[in-house]
Amino acid sequence: MRKANRRLWITAGAAVVLVAAAALAMNAMSSAMVFFYSPAMVAENPPEAGQRVRVGGLVVDGSVERPSTGGANFTVTDGAGEIRISYSGSLPDLFREGQGIVAEGAFDGAGLFTADSVLAKHDENYMPAEVADALKESGMWHEDQTSSSQYQTYGDDAAEGAGS
Amino acid sequence: MIAEIGRFLIALALLACVAQTILAWIGANKGGKGGKGAMADAGRAASEIAVLAGGAAMLLLILSFVRSDFSIAYVAANSHVDKPLAYKIAGAWGGHEGSMLLWCWILALFGMGLAKIGPLNSALRSRSVSFQGLLQSLFFAFLAFASNPFERVSPAPIQGSDLNPILQDPALVIHPPMLYIGYVGLSTAFAIAAAGLVQKSNGRELAGALRPWALGAWTSLTAGIALGAWWAYYELGWGGWWFWDPVENASFMPWLLGAALIHSAIATEKRGAFPGWTVFLALLAYILSILGAFLVRSGVITSVHAFALDPERGVWILGMLGVSAVAGFTLFAFRATSLGEGDGFEPDSREAFIGANNLFLAAAAGVVLVGTLMPLFVDALGLPTLSVGAPYYNMSATPLMMAAVILMPLAPFLPWTNGGAKPALKQLGAAFILLPVAVVTGAFISFGAPVLAVVGAALGAWALAGAVMDAVRTLPSLAVRSAQIAAAGRTIAHAGVGLIALGAAADASRPVDQNVALAEGESVTVGGYELTLEGVRGIEGPNYIGDRARLLINGGEGGVIEPERRFYVAADQTTREVALRAGLAGELYVSVGEARVRENGVTAFEVRGAYHPLVWMLSLGAIFIVLGGLTALYARIASGAPRREGKAQAIAEAAE
Repeated sequence: MRKANRRLWITAGAAVVLVAAAALAMNAMSSAMVFFYSPAMVAENPPEAGQRVRVGGLVVDGSVERPSTGGANFTVTDGAGEIRISYSGSLPDLFREGQGIVAEGAFDGAGLFTADSVLAKHDENYMPAEVADALKESGMWHEDQTSSSQYQTYGDDAAEGAGS
Repeated sequence: MIAEIGRFLIALALLACVAQTILAWIGANKGGKGGKGAMADAGRAASEIAVLAGGAAMLLLILSFVRSDFSIAYVAANSHVDKPLAYKIAGAWGGHEGSMLLWCWILALFGMGLAKIGPLNSALRSRSVSFQGLLQSLFFAFLAFASNPFERVSPAPIQGSDLNPILQDPALVIHPPMLYIGYVGLSTAFAIAAAGLVQKSNGRELAGALRPWALGAWTSLTAGIALGAWWAYYELGWGGWWFWDPVENASFMPWLLGAALIHSAIATEKRGAFPGWTVFLALLAYILSILGAFLVRSGVITSVHAFALDPERGVWILGMLGVSAVAGFTLFAFRATSLGEGDGFEPDSREAFIGANNLFLAAAAGVVLVGTLMPLFVDALGLPTLSVGAPYYNMSATPLMMAAVILMPLAPFLPWTNGGAKPALKQLGAAFILLPVAVVTGAFISFGAPVLAVVGAALGAWALAGAVMDAVRTLPSLAVRSAQIAAAGRTIAHAGVGLIALGAAADASRPVDQNVALAEGESVTVGGYELTLEGVRGIEGPNYIGDRARLLINGGEGGVIEPERRFYVAADQTTREVALRAGLAGELYVSVGEARVRENGVTAFEVRGAYHPLVWMLSLGAIFIVLGGLTALYARIASGAPRREGKAQAIAEAAE
């Protein structure tokens, strides 16, 4: 094969792969991006029912209810709003009342959030960065709290993305 | 005293690394017989001093852990008197500072390795020792100025705060060293590539010089990642082995590029194809290793594996990343032409397929990079916080990797350069094509598995069948023993890829996962096994207290399974110890969670039961890939290939 031809097909082949990769990435990104909503944001402008989102806040003291069949229901707050979360999986061992958590899932039509994964922090003094930001926004933030990005995740399958 | 000596040793190692950089550089400069003079020898001696000093510092740190010397802040933060000895030792690399020391020491070890058994061309060797010295200096400076593992704390706490309990695990004792040998080992490919660009080395020689180093590093990285996945599977209790977590991605990107590199280097070394691309990959793979360190250690990402937040460290690592990248890519921009344009090949030649596969692997690394960095970009722009989860990667990286797996079994059958697909396809035989078809049909009929799983299973069967045919058809035809061993390495590693694809497909096909609250005597059915809670009793370990549940298994071979829930007192943290029951068809996976009192006063325990079909194929596949890599490396060393080829080249050049 002539040199010029060779160059042509190598370049064309590489371009096809790169364009395909870019198209795949953009398509995947547009359908797999998950936005974070604080309770205040939900109160103001809730995401559509069924839309996959992350929510987070401090677990309200006394709000945790553990049905006898397994799973848990609880409420999170940032001081400006509250979200009731229902989770059928096994809560992280670090899940505690009064602590910051992040949950991923979707709202139903009635405003109940069904989570398929719950993230809690490794260290009770630390909290997820998103929650810390939300608390700062709503004025519930105390200086003795430190934000960090160490999570411990538990999910039925959400962590694996079987929710797709 | 130990802390002060340790600190001194780190400073000494830093000085030795700087000396190594300068001396080896001067040594490499000396005209015609560059790399053979006293200066080059002095550079090698400096690399040995760096290894000794770094190793002694590592030993002192381990000693401080064994002695529970809590006057050292890092020991206090990561150890506890009651911790078992093995985990005290592993604690030395369980946190940021200690693992950075390990990283530095491995870098220095590779520097010494390059000085002793590096590229045959002595000028190139000395130059690569110098570049390695630069990389070592950067990291030792980071250690000395921003991550001192021997920092004192005053007053010393009486008791340490213990190593994070989920890290107290046998796999985690060897996971970081394996991973670091991989990550850090890629630095040698960077150093040799950069040195070659300065020396205006010929592309083929350069690819030959860096290939064994890249192969060794990549093999170790494979083992490290596999151990990490295994740990996540049974220790984190997430019920999976790969989560596309940012930290996993941080190790997976260099792995993908390393996989591309060890293949493109073959094509470049043997046939002179795409030398520029190979050298570019060698530079980029290590840059992504440092990017991984940045993602893991700066606290910019949200992950279970991440070290604690520290922006100052992030700035340091970003600085090192910048220096390495600017040095490497500037050299590449100015000198890539000296590598030569590359020899030609036909579209149905082995080079073409290796090149295409390289593109797919690099593209996969690219989309993983985009997904990993996207939340950071969005955050930096002040837009709403978002996360990118597994669905993104399954829709972007997975199809690209699948394309690579489609091509993989074909390449070994194609002739180099002039190509010729027909005889190759004949050699493959009909069985090769029929097997995946059979698997797909079987998968559809036996259980309506998701499309991704069915395609994955077909690809796994295709890769496995290809590897078997490769072993049967091509191995006996090779005359040279070392070529046979090398091809054996290839078939073993490719079979491993097939096994992993099959295991992953099986795992994605039938997720069985139950989460229920059980009181004594109650049962749950998981994947054909009926589990009955017999009882839960308290247990006491060296540094934890906890509950051990006992569940009767009804089905299969029966027996009992005993998951635990542990509370680590010092760390104030609860963990689950998953109990596993492995079988040929799949693995039963049981963990126990919190207790809850029902309305009628009965206590029920949360029990999670999952069944993972054919999960052993994943472990076996990883073992195969590692064995294949080691075999290929052995073939390379045993054959003395570069030596002979170097001679042949010299003769050829003389003849011209």
